[in-house]
Amino acid sequence: MSTPLALTIPPQAATPRLAGDLAIWIFILAELLAFGVFFAAYAFTRANHIALFDAEQQALHRGAGALNTVLLLTASYFVVRAVQAAEHRAAAIAARWLLAAIGCAGSFVVVKLFEYVAAFEQGISLSSSPFHMFYLSLTFFHFMHVILGMVILGALWRGAREGRYRPGDMNGLETGAAYWHMVDLVWLILFPLVYVIH
Amino acid sequence: MHGTARRATLLWAALIAATALTWWVGEGGASGPAILALLAAISIVKGGIVILDFMALRHAPLMWRLITLGWISLVWVLIGLAYWKGLSQ
Repeated sequence: MSTPLALTIPPQAATPRLAGDLAIWIFILAELLAFGVFFAAYAFTRANHIALFDAEQQALHRGAGALNTVLLLTASYFVVRAVQAAEHRAAAIAARWLLAAIGCAGSFVVVKLFEYVAAFEQGISLSSSPFHMFYLSLTFFHFMHVILGMVILGALWRGAREGRYRPGDMNGLETGAAYWHMVDLVWLILFPLVYVIH
Repeated sequence: MHGTARRATLLWAALIAATALTWWVGEGGASGPAILALLAAISIVKGGIVILDFMALRHAPLMWRLITLGWISLVWVLIGLAYWKGLSQ
């Protein structure tokens, strides 16, 4: 006889379902709208100052931008592995994946701070040029989302350590995970737009 | 609903490879509408992986896929329009 427990697990994705709270998804849509407006404002401002934008973009450290893309994507991958582990009742393993994701997010913060320090040492500020205004404000707006994302990942890590997430009780983990993926998603436009396209 | 570990790992590898391609294009210093189209395509494919697989919207009601995939497409259309406006000045 198989254990009756197996019968209580719902079949995988039989009906369409949003992973996480509806509230976080409404919030995510608002964030995507805000970043979208910001990206369009950058692009149309650049259209009026092409020589300036192209020259100052050249001075950015594209390697640091690419490294930060890798760190965000890897953190997102680790979060996916954490969700999968929790779905398989492996809460301790889920907690370890979340800790690894926090490590990647923290490394992103360190790399970004090095970029900011280098920029400030060159006298770059919000008022030094339209490009620098966008570069600093866009990346700092995103940076604050990474910080909030780390706080959320920290809460998920604690929840996973306490064994709070398991099949049928995944909402908290999926809600936090969706926020983190949004932080990653907007960077996938920010990096090529601000660091590469000219 | 969140796929297998193997699938996630393969998608992660694809995302990293695509990031390396974007970086390499940037280091090469190439520009122009074709390069913009290439970088936009890479960004939309990467964003599509994050949206459909990592965010698991593949299993969500269609409306959520339309909104999010529509968002990333619309942003790149606007960036393309702005780029074209810059070229014609």
